[in-house]
Amino acid sequence: MKILVPLKRVPDPDTRIRVKPDGSAVDLDGVKFAVNPFDSIALEEALRIKEKLGETEVVVVTIGGQECVEQLRVGLAMGADRALLIRSTDGLDALAIAKVLVAVYRREQPAFVLMGKQAIDDDSNQVGQMLAALLGIGQATFVSKLELTANNSKARCGRETDGGIETVTVKLPAIITSDLRLNEPRYVSLPGIMKAKKKPLEEVGMADLGLTITSRTQVLKLEPPVRRKAGVRVKTVDELLEKLKNDVKVL
Amino acid sequence: MANLLVIAEHDLGHLKQATLAAVACAHKLVAEAGGSFDILVIGQNVGGIAEVLRPYGAATVMVADDAQLQHPVGDKYAQVIADVARQRETTMVIGAASTFSKDILPRAAALLDAGMLSDVIDVHLAGGDFIFKRIMFAGNVIATVKLDGAVKFLTVRAAAFAQPQKVADCSPVLVIPIDAGRLPAFIEYGGREAKVTGRPDPTEARVVVSGGRAIRNAEDFERLVGGLADALGGAVGSSRALVDAGITPNSLQVGQTGKIVAPDLYVAVGISGAIQHLAGMKDTKVIVAINKDPEAPIFEVADFGLVGDVYQIVPELVAALKK
Repeated sequence: MKILVPLKRVPDPDTRIRVKPDGSAVDLDGVKFAVNPFDSIALEEALRIKEKLGETEVVVVTIGGQECVEQLRVGLAMGADRALLIRSTDGLDALAIAKVLVAVYRREQPAFVLMGKQAIDDDSNQVGQMLAALLGIGQATFVSKLELTANNSKARCGRETDGGIETVTVKLPAIITSDLRLNEPRYVSLPGIMKAKKKPLEEVGMADLGLTITSRTQVLKLEPPVRRKAGVRVKTVDELLEKLKNDVKVL
Repeated sequence: MANLLVIAEHDLGHLKQATLAAVACAHKLVAEAGGSFDILVIGQNVGGIAEVLRPYGAATVMVADDAQLQHPVGDKYAQVIADVARQRETTMVIGAASTFSKDILPRAAALLDAGMLSDVIDVHLAGGDFIFKRIMFAGNVIATVKLDGAVKFLTVRAAAFAQPQKVADCSPVLVIPIDAGRLPAFIEYGGREAKVTGRPDPTEARVVVSGGRAIRNAEDFERLVGGLADALGGAVGSSRALVDAGITPNSLQVGQTGKIVAPDLYVAVGISGAIQHLAGMKDTKVIVAINKDPEAPIFEVADFGLVGDVYQIVPELVAALKK
């Protein structure tokens, strides 16, 4: 069985994000990067399936520049078998990324795709669903519980929805997107890092995949949100209630 | 000229309030660009939902009603939306940001080779182009963007669009024939674990009382957070920590990957205020924080901060409110 795990290089989730004064971009000076947390969770799930079933190849793929190799190496160090970098310099939007992943999917022919539900920088939560549509296969999104059934031909998933946990069974192949509580990803170990250096890491250009893809989304400017007015400390419950009733009148 | 399609969301026989925000967005777009909008309701026995949507000025309220559409399964719903949008020559499909819309709309968009923008908070027309503002980086960046393509999909933040005005004339209801045999069957619905609490939905309430790590167990959550919410006539919410610990259900989680709420009053009880939590409640009008740690990041966004033990303060607060 082969499981394809797309992952994205994103600023570390605890970074205090600042926009450059000219609004052209986020200030990435000195920012640490990481594998998108939801993608780590997806990879962890793929690795657990591999450990349980044996005879499974886990392939991690990312789309971007040379700097993304760092995150592929983390994926290999966690336990992925092979990594693929699709070289791209453009800021591709979700539909564009999905189209690139279609080409990767066709090349790799995995049993299914496991990926994070959203990237914590863009927060779009679209790529998995778009990929499923373009491939004409099923999807299970925001998955917090995953079980392969029917001789690995289906996946029974618990999905985190606004109304509670919903159970769906999706025919494989399918695109499964992970939510926070699917698992807790393992830490990268030193032996893992050493082993990763010997694992295959292939770089492929868009042209090699036969692709010319552009982004439909054009970012014109970035700005921080309106700052809230500074708040005050109150010392007692009575003081708080007085302010809520009389100052801001929300009670 | 805009030709818009609003996708209605409903649950357990009720229209989700957030749908009206999508309608309000459609109103704004039509006011600026001319044209019209339709509303699409998908489900089984949803005639009542369609009725509720008739006073909002849609050209038609379309109903796709079939037993196969009883549950909002992604592949079937996306197919219906794509078919209707194609038929109506829709140029923009709009849904309120919710797990329902996030699951289904991107799939429908790709079926139509359309780009999509999530969590839009503003849209206006400038020089013949639609210019959108959307939220990124857990609410820390607002991006102004354009989206190319004949068809565009959006989800909008409910709090960003005020209640739409009703109009005098009722929209006609149009029943869309569904060829159930042609619907995809990749996904089988298997039920939902939902706790009916009798309290309002945090995304629809005027007041939300939310509990965090300081709350030790489910009984304490119900007594303190639930008690305060009841005293204030509000909804309850939760930080991620309590959901992870199994103390609260996922449906209460407020945050970057939970619910986004913007009530008049948000009381954060024992919540530290991680970036990811703030993303879910930063647009609240008045934020109150109660926490033992005076350095907790929640105090940076709170309008009123009370440092102390929630186990002491919350019962005092409830008692004072009941007086």
